[in-house]
Amino acid sequence: MDPIKNKIQNTSKETRQDLYGRIISYSCIILIVVVVLSIFFFVASKGIATFTINHVNLWNFLSGKNWNPAVTDDSGHAELGALPMIVGSFGVTFLAALFATPFAVGTALYMTEIASHRDEKFLQSVVELLVGIPSVVYGFIGLSVVVPFIRHHFGGSGYGILSGAIVLFVMVLPTITSMTVDSLRAVPRFYKEASLALGATKWQTIYKVILRAATSGILTAIIFGMARAFGEALAVQMVIGNNAVMPKGLFSSASTLTSVLTMGIGNTVMGTVSNNALWSLALILLLMSLVFNIIVRLIGRKGRMQS
Amino acid sequence: MKKLTKIATIILASSALLVGCGKSNSSSNASAKSNSSTQVSGKITIVGSTALQPLVEKAAENFQTDNSKVNITVQGGGSGTGLSQVQSGAVTVGNSDIFAEQQSGIKANKLVDHKVAVVGMAPVVNKEAGVKNVTMKQLRDIFTGKITNWKQVGGKDQSIVLINRPEGSGTRATFEGAVMDGQTAKKSQEQDSNGTVQKMVAQTPGAVSYLAFSYIKSDIQPLSINGVKPTDANVTNNKWKIWSYEHMYTKGQPNKATKAFLNYMVSDKVQKSLVKDLGYISISNMHVAKNAAGKVTTK
Repeated sequence: MDPIKNKIQNTSKETRQDLYGRIISYSCIILIVVVVLSIFFFVASKGIATFTINHVNLWNFLSGKNWNPAVTDDSGHAELGALPMIVGSFGVTFLAALFATPFAVGTALYMTEIASHRDEKFLQSVVELLVGIPSVVYGFIGLSVVVPFIRHHFGGSGYGILSGAIVLFVMVLPTITSMTVDSLRAVPRFYKEASLALGATKWQTIYKVILRAATSGILTAIIFGMARAFGEALAVQMVIGNNAVMPKGLFSSASTLTSVLTMGIGNTVMGTVSNNALWSLALILLLMSLVFNIIVRLIGRKGRMQS
Repeated sequence: MKKLTKIATIILASSALLVGCGKSNSSSNASAKSNSSTQVSGKITIVGSTALQPLVEKAAENFQTDNSKVNITVQGGGSGTGLSQVQSGAVTVGNSDIFAEQQSGIKANKLVDHKVAVVGMAPVVNKEAGVKNVTMKQLRDIFTGKITNWKQVGGKDQSIVLINRPEGSGTRATFEGAVMDGQTAKKSQEQDSNGTVQKMVAQTPGAVSYLAFSYIKSDIQPLSINGVKPTDANVTNNKWKIWSYEHMYTKGQPNKATKAFLNYMVSDKVQKSLVKDLGYISISNMHVAKNAAGKVTTK
């Protein structure tokens, strides 16, 4: 047969390659979507059981202050008030973000605007190093350094929200820093040049132009850091004290959603109230990470509209 | 095309790895010589108590060298997980620190108990507290929150920091069964892992908690109760009250391979060496027996 005709009428090697590539990437995507959906379904079905099977009132669950899964009250319901853990989780998260943001923005500004190329590279590797440290190491450092420090200077046992927030501060710092660096780099060069040409000082340019232009990116970075802090379990569990009562202050022992979850899940039996209650906590965590994601989307959209 | 094949190979290899994860521990022993006359074969999955895990892991390793056709997988996960998994039939053996009767949500009559070791536990305090002996009542009052300063029990003027174990943990159930006399412990800090508790007690002034004997190191102070020291010998005759069995539960009677392994666990080979080396007390040394309700009888 005519080789040209042959080439045109039959599928070529390249077309087949294209097809294979597509099959592989589609099956990967499908796998990921199925995994995400099944995790959602699994956690939700388990987490809702507390309310549908054990008949715990949703509002009481979210606002109750007593957490005693093994104890039943007068009406026969288990005492499940998750408020102490919710407050604890948000407490450490916001405090950690509050501590970390100034340092992160400062470091990022230095790296992008002031530092020489060599300094920048050096700082970059320092920040990346912080990401690689396993959380159990952070927890152990917190237990051996932060807790005694707090106890010495502020009294109490040293375990509490402040210790948790300090450990988390170091853990979220690299996340916020590296994302802030990216958003500062994304500020168009001519903004800076125009500002300097108009006679603005370096500080005025940074403060009035660069930071303003990068605001939405920086906010996204902070939210990402908070999402990481909210979900961190091991390091926080080691320094917060795991006392499921309403935190009386920054220095008294408290608990977070994750710390109660990791401690309890191996000691309860599938299908019991105590176990279902833990799945409900997991559901709250999952929903919160969804909320953090949505906030990031919203900020991203707003930022795009402005520019 | 080469690249594509490469990618495909990587995907295949990684999925094979994923699948393989569930059944590790197998190949390495294939070449080992078997010397037992009655060759058993089969697959045993053991899940549960992290306190018992190291002993079972070590024993399983030795057992598989002699019985190359048996494939044993040992995992942690906690006593609650062990019991619920064996009840649902997902695993062959469920390890537990507590009697199945004590765990809510478990139908104990479906499960067969195999006691393989004994663990003694003792209250431990920070060395700065200056206390070495308490009465049982004092200990109870410390954990219910009636006694809040070490000077009330003859120690230094130092407030007490309670570190409890999480609700439902085997160690806590054992401690409360022996000490609390039905009273509820005060809400306090909780910590799950033995190692972390040990470190926290060592460095927190005024801290008190309780630990298995094997975790009591020189940097913390174990408490005697009513003048009785926490020693292995005192556990074997029940002079020291805070101890529990390590259980291996099967659903119904075990099959041949599992039975062979459980027999191996209580054989002198394990009880006389491994059990001792890893800080447990041999089941064959016990002069008393305890039932699920906590009643102790002499053997």
